[in-house]
Amino acid sequence: MNAQNIWITFPELLVWFPLIAGLICFIFKDNSKGRSWALLASIVTLAISFVSLIYADNTKYPALNIASYTLKYMNNGHFVLGLDGLGRILTLLTAISFPIIFVATHNNKYKDAKNFYGLMLLAQSGLMGVFTAMDALTFYFFWELALIPVYFLSSRWGGEKRIPATFKFFVYTFAGSLLMLIGIIYVYLHTNDGSAGVHSFTINAFYNAQLTAADQIGLFWLFFIAFAIKMPIFPFHTWQPDAYEQAPTATTMVLSGIMVKMGLFACIRWLLPLLPTAAIKFDNVVIGLSVVGMIYASLIAIKQDDLKRLVAYSSIAHIGLMCAGIFSRTEVGLQGVMLQMFSHGINIIGLWIVIDLLEKKTGVRKISQLGGVAQKAPVLTIFLVIIALANIALPLTNAFVGEFMIFSGLFKFSYWYAAVAGLSIILAAVYTLNMVQKVFYGQVNAVTSAINDIALHEKIILSVIVVLIFMMGIYPQPMIELTKSGVQAIMTKFN
Amino acid sequence: MNNILQIVWIIPFLPLIGFLINGLGRNFLSKKMTGIIGSGVILFSFLVSLYVFFNVKGGNTHVAHYFNLIDIKAFKIGFDFQIDPLSSLFLLIITGVGFLIHVYSTAYMHEEEPKDFAKYFAYLNLFVFSMLLLVMGGNYLILFIGWEGVGLCSYLLIGYWFKNVDYTNAAKKAFIMNRIGDLGFLLALFWLLNAFGTVSFEELFNPANGKITALSAQNSTLVIGITLLLFVGATGKSAQIPLFTWLPDAMAGPTPVSALIHAATMVTAGIYMIARSNLLYNLAPVTQEIIMWVGLATALLAATIALKQNDIKKVLAYSTVSQLGFMFLALGTGNYVAAVFHVMTHAFFKALLFLGSGSVIMGMHHEQDIRNMGELKSKMKITYITFFIGCLAIAGIPPLSGFFSKDSILIGAFEHNKLVYGIALFTACLTAFYMFRLLFLTFHGKFRGTEKQWNHVHESPSAMTVPLIVLAVLSVIGGFVNVPAVFNGGESLTQFLSPVIHQTHATTLSHNQEYMLMGGAVLLIVAVILFAKFKFKNFESKENTGLAKTFENKWYVDELYNKVIVKPMQSIAALFNNTVEKKGIDGLVNGVGRAVNYGSRQIRLLQSGQIGTYVLLMVLGILVLFIIQLFL
Repeated sequence: MNAQNIWITFPELLVWFPLIAGLICFIFKDNSKGRSWALLASIVTLAISFVSLIYADNTKYPALNIASYTLKYMNNGHFVLGLDGLGRILTLLTAISFPIIFVATHNNKYKDAKNFYGLMLLAQSGLMGVFTAMDALTFYFFWELALIPVYFLSSRWGGEKRIPATFKFFVYTFAGSLLMLIGIIYVYLHTNDGSAGVHSFTINAFYNAQLTAADQIGLFWLFFIAFAIKMPIFPFHTWQPDAYEQAPTATTMVLSGIMVKMGLFACIRWLLPLLPTAAIKFDNVVIGLSVVGMIYASLIAIKQDDLKRLVAYSSIAHIGLMCAGIFSRTEVGLQGVMLQMFSHGINIIGLWIVIDLLEKKTGVRKISQLGGVAQKAPVLTIFLVIIALANIALPLTNAFVGEFMIFSGLFKFSYWYAAVAGLSIILAAVYTLNMVQKVFYGQVNAVTSAINDIALHEKIILSVIVVLIFMMGIYPQPMIELTKSGVQAIMTKFN
Repeated sequence: MNNILQIVWIIPFLPLIGFLINGLGRNFLSKKMTGIIGSGVILFSFLVSLYVFFNVKGGNTHVAHYFNLIDIKAFKIGFDFQIDPLSSLFLLIITGVGFLIHVYSTAYMHEEEPKDFAKYFAYLNLFVFSMLLLVMGGNYLILFIGWEGVGLCSYLLIGYWFKNVDYTNAAKKAFIMNRIGDLGFLLALFWLLNAFGTVSFEELFNPANGKITALSAQNSTLVIGITLLLFVGATGKSAQIPLFTWLPDAMAGPTPVSALIHAATMVTAGIYMIARSNLLYNLAPVTQEIIMWVGLATALLAATIALKQNDIKKVLAYSTVSQLGFMFLALGTGNYVAAVFHVMTHAFFKALLFLGSGSVIMGMHHEQDIRNMGELKSKMKITYITFFIGCLAIAGIPPLSGFFSKDSILIGAFEHNKLVYGIALFTACLTAFYMFRLLFLTFHGKFRGTEKQWNHVHESPSAMTVPLIVLAVLSVIGGFVNVPAVFNGGESLTQFLSPVIHQTHATTLSHNQEYMLMGGAVLLIVAVILFAKFKFKNFESKENTGLAKTFENKWYVDELYNKVIVKPMQSIAALFNNTVEKKGIDGLVNGVGRAVNYGSRQIRLLQSGQIGTYVLLMVLGILVLFIIQLFL
């Protein structure tokens, strides 16, 4: 395909379309029209993402997958969006998640729904930007753009204690972002050896920046803390259970399904290739924190009575594993992380959907107050059991492949870490089966006696999730193929 | 040759289809249809397995590669099936015994609602599918997929009556204890991948590829580590010390499930896996020694517990644990064929005994306590006779199947270590004792239940008795597949398995020695049976004391685990949740927030709006700077 004929590229479409659609959403007068518009827009975005998969080969279609704007007023700064394998898998996740979220929460009532949906689309645009940014400043811009709509969504439409929870979330992550900004500027000043005075924010300039070992050590913590808060890993995680609990469910899905991947993705895209020496130096610290956090969060999950908090802590454990996988710096580990980011997103959104349905039916989220749901809502129960088992990585489900690869990488790094982290596999079974037993099995009680099974559109959307779970669990190779070259490029920094 | 590869996928595919039809159609299908579909798919799988079995004779190994599960630079893992003598033998056991149990279930579960009936058969089909993946897998990953799959089905079926909290607790316990073992298995897998870059049996074990065979050094850390970790996995699935306590609890599931999953097939997966890895284990005598002792200890411990159990299914459950211990004992002595042989004969007679107990339970209207039974032989003739045959087989009376398989295990133990042989023989005597205690208390003597129960007692329908008869016949003749040389036998099974199993054990005993050992053992066992008959002639239940009480309470192992593992874990979790998380980490974060808040509130006071104060502060500031300039 000829470069001249291309007037717009995939990364641009993926970023600008949700942004514009979101802005249009605010204009609607009618709330239900806004809702339908948002759903339609998210489906179009999904279609764009699917089409982009056809042109996934960047060697064949380079012009379709990279867009660069020169910013005249900013000393010839650039604004670069590009789509490679690593970004493609996460933009696909973002694109798939939003229609699922919109359909699943279709019956949730929001005050000023059009604003709610508008902000959701803005968040989607920000996320797409983070995953396609090929320029540090562009990256930072989207990093914040994704945060701000989520802040408003949570603080306006959240639960009772939304204000302190959202405030904590915002300040915490924002403090991290500022550290990253300092880091970005520092690296910028060290691009292109400094003598000519020509600096650049582009990813290639960053990868080739002249950084001494001492520079790297300082920079590492500036970047890593920002990413660690976002993921979050132990001990930076305490904003998360509160935020998940208080945010409206649709926002929680975005937060846990996609936004937490920003931190992980940033580690792979920016931290490892930019600061390889420091990444090697601190691998034990980071993996140690991750592994401790896995066990710690899994143990706490056992003690949770609120379903949302249970899922939140389980997610911290899973994210910890992915973080450890990244810093194991093995090909198999990184491939596993890329796959697992996608799987974890699908699974956790599925879990939120079920919890949301349960809460709508019973008005309760406390495990101790529920029971016997399987008798009243067998279909819901089947879906929940499948998704919950996928969440704890049973073979033939999506998460198994990813976790298997990550563990394999971690084992290569050190078998002791793999063995200790492996304990979380057992603990995951403990808290998941406890939950299934107490909520779904046993006798019906006053809270659950009047509920009915789920509606057709809910069945359809949960079926989509289950199909994705099995598809990726049984035949993951196409996904692995997608990220192969990207991962190998990063691995060259460590050979 | 090639046509085997073209059809092997049908074997697991049919049960999968059965699962989908029964699972998705559970609201529409009649019970009859469900039963036909559920059992029919297994029957067809059995027929295909039979065809495959006769085509692998001569020791051919066929590997069917379907697609790549994971293909990256470091390694490649395919979705492969391997068909060789070992797997084809297991295919026959699984589909054959599985079919009989499916048929039996159609009658045993007839009281269930149609949709629950369909759910039951869907789970059962899914189990068979997973079990077939397990034994057909051409690499450790596929084996592991089946391994976890059977664990899941076991969980679902133990908790089949999910309204009962005790049952779901048992299901949960089974799953979690299995996962503990699975972690060992997984770590072994990662180790294999890192050391050899493959987990495929063909690539690892085929001398032509020479990965394992190239390792000449015995007892290297690598081999001991991998074999031990695999064994940890086996202790979970096959209920060995220390992970055996889930199996007796698993009796909460329907009785045919206990027969199929918790006796005949799933629990033998650990033995299959180790037999499959025999080349690895041959390189690690240290691990073999450990396996032998663990197997022996489990066999003895479970046998002592079985002596004092009063639930008909619990006796059989502990007997299963004990028999699995015998199989591990055989594996530990390098006598792999004996272990596989015992898997097969045990599948026949233990499935028979479990199904027999199911027939009794149904006849007794869901009574399981043998203290309330007796005299049943007059009302349940077929059940009685088949159960009796099962007891003779498990006790090791010649020429029934259990005699041959147990004998080859004992002979192997004798040559390895006389002490081990002594303990194993003692355990075999205990086996005979508790089995005949069970038989006498259930079928002989006077009926000890209520009159109402007695009037209700009836023989089971033919869908249940026919499988009993078939299994009884197999229990009688099953041993003839591996008649040892001492009886002029051809040891056909040993020959059949020789391409995949590299026995390190070979008999050096003279025939006379063998006759003596066998004769002695048989005489002892017969004596024990007669003693049991005498002892339980006039049974009266009484309170157990001393050692007997310890046996009855299962050596208090559950209590121990509760105290040492479960309770401490719960307290640590509570400590983390209530103190470390809330007051520690989150407290610190909030503390930082509060400190900033407090600080800014204090600093805000400086901005009082009074010009005088500002000027004063300014002057003070300049003064401070001046002083610094002056002195530094």
